[in-house]
Amino acid sequence: MSLRLEKLEIARAGAVMVRIDREIGPGEVLSVMGPSGCGKSTLLAALVGALPEAFALRGRVWLEGRDMTRLLPHQRRMGILFQDDLLFPHLSVAGNLGFGLARGVADRAGVIDRALREAGLEAMGARDPATLSGGQRARVALMRVLLSEPRALLLDEPFSKLDAGLRAQMREFVFARARARGLPVVLVTHDRADARAAGGAVVSVTGDAVAL
Amino acid sequence: MARAGLWAALGLLALPVLAGLAGVIGPAFGYLPALGRSTWSFEPWQAVLGWPGLGAAVRLSVVTGVLATGISLALTLLIVAAWQGTRSFLWITRALAPLLSLPHAAAAFGLAFLIAPSGWIARGLSPWATGWERPPDLLIVNDPWGLALVAGLVVKEVPFLLLMVLAALPQTDSLRAQMVARSLGYGRVTGWMKSVAPRVYAQIRLPVYAVLAYSMSVVDVALILGPTRPPTLAVQILEWMTHPDLGMRFQAAAAALLQLGLVLGVLALWRLAEIAVARWGRDWAAGGARGLGADAVLRPLGAGAALGIGLAVGLGLAGLLVWSFAGLWQFPALWPDSLSLRVWSGQMSALQRRLWDTALIALGATGIALALSIAALQAGARGTSASLIYLPLIVPQIAFLPGLATFALVLGVDGTRWAVMGAHLVFVLPYVFLALADPWRAWDHRAGLVAAGLGAGPARVLWAVRLPMLTRALCVAFAVGFATSVAQYLPTLLIGAGRVSTVTTEAVALAASGNRRLIGVWAVVQMALPMAVFAVALMAPALIFRRRQGMQIG
Repeated sequence: MSLRLEKLEIARAGAVMVRIDREIGPGEVLSVMGPSGCGKSTLLAALVGALPEAFALRGRVWLEGRDMTRLLPHQRRMGILFQDDLLFPHLSVAGNLGFGLARGVADRAGVIDRALREAGLEAMGARDPATLSGGQRARVALMRVLLSEPRALLLDEPFSKLDAGLRAQMREFVFARARARGLPVVLVTHDRADARAAGGAVVSVTGDAVAL
Repeated sequence: MARAGLWAALGLLALPVLAGLAGVIGPAFGYLPALGRSTWSFEPWQAVLGWPGLGAAVRLSVVTGVLATGISLALTLLIVAAWQGTRSFLWITRALAPLLSLPHAAAAFGLAFLIAPSGWIARGLSPWATGWERPPDLLIVNDPWGLALVAGLVVKEVPFLLLMVLAALPQTDSLRAQMVARSLGYGRVTGWMKSVAPRVYAQIRLPVYAVLAYSMSVVDVALILGPTRPPTLAVQILEWMTHPDLGMRFQAAAAALLQLGLVLGVLALWRLAEIAVARWGRDWAAGGARGLGADAVLRPLGAGAALGIGLAVGLGLAGLLVWSFAGLWQFPALWPDSLSLRVWSGQMSALQRRLWDTALIALGATGIALALSIAALQAGARGTSASLIYLPLIVPQIAFLPGLATFALVLGVDGTRWAVMGAHLVFVLPYVFLALADPWRAWDHRAGLVAAGLGAGPARVLWAVRLPMLTRALCVAFAVGFATSVAQYLPTLLIGAGRVSTVTTEAVALAASGNRRLIGVWAVVQMALPMAVFAVALMAPALIFRRRQGMQIG
């Protein structure tokens, strides 16, 4: 289970802004660092298959040996987390988790209960997501992604809106689960502490190694 | 599939207008095989030009249309310039917003009842101030200059333009511009007019054109408040269109083309005036006059205008309601001697029939419009298609509906509910689309990305994420469409061919009768139906999502 970005280049109006050639093994994290506006989020948009038309993509994205480059977003099985939790406001906590869980899974309620317990949210399934704390919502968002059984995890500054104490906790929570499931992770961030906690290679959008 | 939706919606907007216009060109030159005339001639034009009332009718259309538009625009800009960013402004917008769902005809009836010689204003002033012991013989409503008509249009168009300005303000950086102007020592109104108004006007130009075209060619409001001998050109065209002598349809068609030409001509002049005002305005803005003294006059004037419009419509509607229950009501008593259900119970079975037809047509047209709007938005409609949306709102109804009615007649579908529903759809669709477009685009696309990352395909993202998250906007768009359909007079009358009628055609048909109690009943129903739908549309999402705080705002 690995994610390979093969000679990936993203250009806008002919100017190359992102250039990466990397392989991320199971449970590994590739951190992409840079200031805002450098193209980090564009890289993630390209990986999920939602690159705006103004950009041109070259190279290939391989996941577990399959070429993802031309697939639609929902066919790629790459889960994504943003700095906002983006829980669906019209669904309960359990409803959000159920949205992530594939159809045809037996004992849905049991699976959702176990996920809630893993996130320290026991018996909160019926709650309105708007009534949870920021940390709780972030954990629900992660569990929702994990229940969808992604083959890779993409993180777009996922900790930047949490306050300092919570941030360290949440980093630990996310990276531990990604490692346990053997997921390759791409993290884009402008926060060195995020990249340090991730523990993997750290590069700029043009693929150069970044010293922390 | 999605593209197909876009083209279906655009076709639905443009085709009936173009077909309708094509359908008046033939008859306007004496050609209509269905009526046994298959030679071209200028006879219809000679008949129109030979009509002695033509000059006055044309003048009335132009003057009332331009006056109503100019006054509405000026008052709207004044209200916003004088009060934007204050608590009073919130109150003003909240008080005027409900007037949008009100059909033009109901507002016009209310105003007519209020200002008539036997209305509440005259009663309130009599006999102590006026000396009148009985209603004076004054032509206030239906005055030959069309001033009552202008007033009736202004009370409806100011809320509409106000809403358009409110929608445009976020894109104009108005609060910061106003702050800069104020800190440079400008008065509130002058600073706003010099720094914000040009940007706002550029955004509301199309709605202003729609108001101008509508005001010049409106039929129902003119039947209720407008002059009668001669009436405005649009009313005269309708008279010829519905004349028992089918031969009059030829001159109706010629006059419809004349009406179209008039509207296009005035729109062109308006555009030239815009350029002139812009040129003068640049000098004015660069001239540096701070206009500090003006606020003392203009701010109360703006508040007074908003209050006056709210009161006029509010009291007018209350008057309709009281008249519908009134027994004996002598002048100058402010309240009837007795109240009774007599008129209501007498109309009950007719009301039920008409309400059923009205609701059925409105539900159908709005449902289809909503589906097409979603399909068009999903296909990414914007840019050129957005201005095409305004086509049925800018080409006057009276110019192309006669042609459409002729087609319906030839096809044998006139007088069916389906045909009326189709005709309503032409006008419902633009409003539903406009109501839905902004919230649709404001939706956070990352929610769709997250859902796709969870394995949800485009259909599931639409049905299980985007539409539920937009429940409130969908409900509002539905209510807007429903109100638009209920308010349609001309399409119902011309395509319904007298065999399909709604509460609106019934109410307007009573205008000339002078029977206040009967008019009261039908106008109250006409105003209550869209308001009830609006109330449901606002309450339903709050009820469905009462346990979801995230769904309460926006």
